Amino acid sequence: MDTITTFPNLDVARIRADFPILSQTVRGKKLVFLDSAASAQKPRAVIEAMRAAMETQYANVHRGLHWMSERTTDAYEAARDAAAGLMNADREEIVFTRNSTEAINLVAHSYGRGVMRPGQAVVISAMEHHSNIVPWQMLRDERGIELRVAPVTDAGELDMAAFEALLADGKVGLVAITHMSNVLGTYTPAERIVRAAHAAGAKVLLDGSQAIVHRRVDVRALDCDFYAWTGHKLYGPTGIGVLYARRELLEAMPPFLGGGDMISSVTYERSTWAAVPHKFEAGTPAILEGIGLKAAIDYVRAIGYPAIAAHEQALTDHALARLSPIQGVRILGRAQDRGGVISFTLDGAHAHDVATLLDRQGIAVRAGHHCAEPLMRRFGVDSTARASFGVYTTPEEIDALADTLARVRAFFA
Amino acid sequence: MTAQDDFADLRDLYQEVILDHGRRPRHGKRLAAFDATAKGDNPMCGDRVQVFVRYDPDGTIAETGFEARGCAISVASADLMAETVAGRSTSDARALFEAFRELARTGACPDCGNAALAEPLERLQPLSGVHEYPSRVKCATLPWHALIAALDGAKETSSE
Repeated sequence: MDTITTFPNLDVARIRADFPILSQTVRGKKLVFLDSAASAQKPRAVIEAMRAAMETQYANVHRGLHWMSERTTDAYEAARDAAAGLMNADREEIVFTRNSTEAINLVAHSYGRGVMRPGQAVVISAMEHHSNIVPWQMLRDERGIELRVAPVTDAGELDMAAFEALLADGKVGLVAITHMSNVLGTYTPAERIVRAAHAAGAKVLLDGSQAIVHRRVDVRALDCDFYAWTGHKLYGPTGIGVLYARRELLEAMPPFLGGGDMISSVTYERSTWAAVPHKFEAGTPAILEGIGLKAAIDYVRAIGYPAIAAHEQALTDHALARLSPIQGVRILGRAQDRGGVISFTLDGAHAHDVATLLDRQGIAVRAGHHCAEPLMRRFGVDSTARASFGVYTTPEEIDALADTLARVRAFFA
Repeated sequence: MTAQDDFADLRDLYQEVILDHGRRPRHGKRLAAFDATAKGDNPMCGDRVQVFVRYDPDGTIAETGFEARGCAISVASADLMAETVAGRSTSDARALFEAFRELARTGACPDCGNAALAEPLERLQPLSGVHEYPSRVKCATLPWHALIAALDGAKETSSE
């Protein structure tokens, strides 16, 4: 895995040339894509890997005794090695899911219902995506497991004192917290969270849907128990997500879905389960998406996280400097440790109207509650516009956003 | 060049009457006394509106008010709705909704020949620009869904 070379510096022009869609025009204007936090664009390497698999070596995996199936199985399982290498995990600790949401639901089902006991508690934070709220509410309502919410400060950071207080009674079985907010861009102090949770006897699930796109994630260094993320935000295809879980936890957890591929043997009386991770992967998996995901991981590793992180930090600093002085712009959160996701409101203009006007200039941002309604309420807003950056984003695109926002404000004044 | 000319190609969507009613709705308030109310909710974008209706003794709509949180399109639509249904029978209001929904979806006004609806539909015409923005059609129709739910006696509704 470590034979991949790293560019000394990130060459944005060269990277942009890898993404065919970036040369498209929208409504007659050059596309300025500032919605990568919702889903990132795909490099040619990903597109080609999936196309080549369909054209040259495709069959179902894990069962065929023929050449095509064996080659396809190798390619699909290579994605597991790539994901394991990316996170510094063992391949048996990588479960493929459809997306982060399914990965979190898997933990809520198999760990929450299978291992946790009524009377225990789950702690989430006040800056979670709905995907890391609703599965725990369902668990609470079904199994009598308490749901506790750790507050965030006005700056948009996790209130660590309040978080630690929630752990104090020793009832918490699991802490499920984002590693980077999809609204505020805040990185949470994952190592501190894990240390505090483990000291209180709780396991930790990190929702890394945003974080792993921008920073190296080493699950051994983090010492977390579960880590969930999704391929399509990491320049890969939709339909494939990753759950890392410690092997001993996977061994102890009952299966999530039942069916083919996850069994060792089946009789009408009883079935036995396949070894991990296959115990958690029922049915024909997302084969082509796995192959695409491997290409995406290889692509990201070839650029290298140090270069990606430095580029995106520079973009974020530039964006904050350009957007903050615009009259009427209010940026949500001002965390010390934050990445390339910026949510803002504009006085006198609703976020949807802002997004429509930006769209007319070819600028794609997201507007709405960003699947984080409780966080919106925490900051006293109904909706925000959100600009988010990827490896292909340029300072000129951020300038285009800033210049257009000033005109949007005048339009609604 | 003024800011308005700056987005000249958006004038079909944001006509002056929409900007005006979006900024300064005349009916954007909870009625002190009302006979029916219902909420509309668009869970995809977070828009919410509550519509209040007061009837005259003969059952016609005397007055409509609303509390909205949403974009210029949805607020302007709620305000123009309140203007156009005042003094009408509930069956006329329902017919107007059907015609307006078609106008918002397609930009065309098949019932404009209907003498009873011609005048109110003309006042709603500025909202027809949303048909070119599929994600915004629901912004325009949400208050109407809430109104119909209020007329039906339902408590809550969502757009589509």
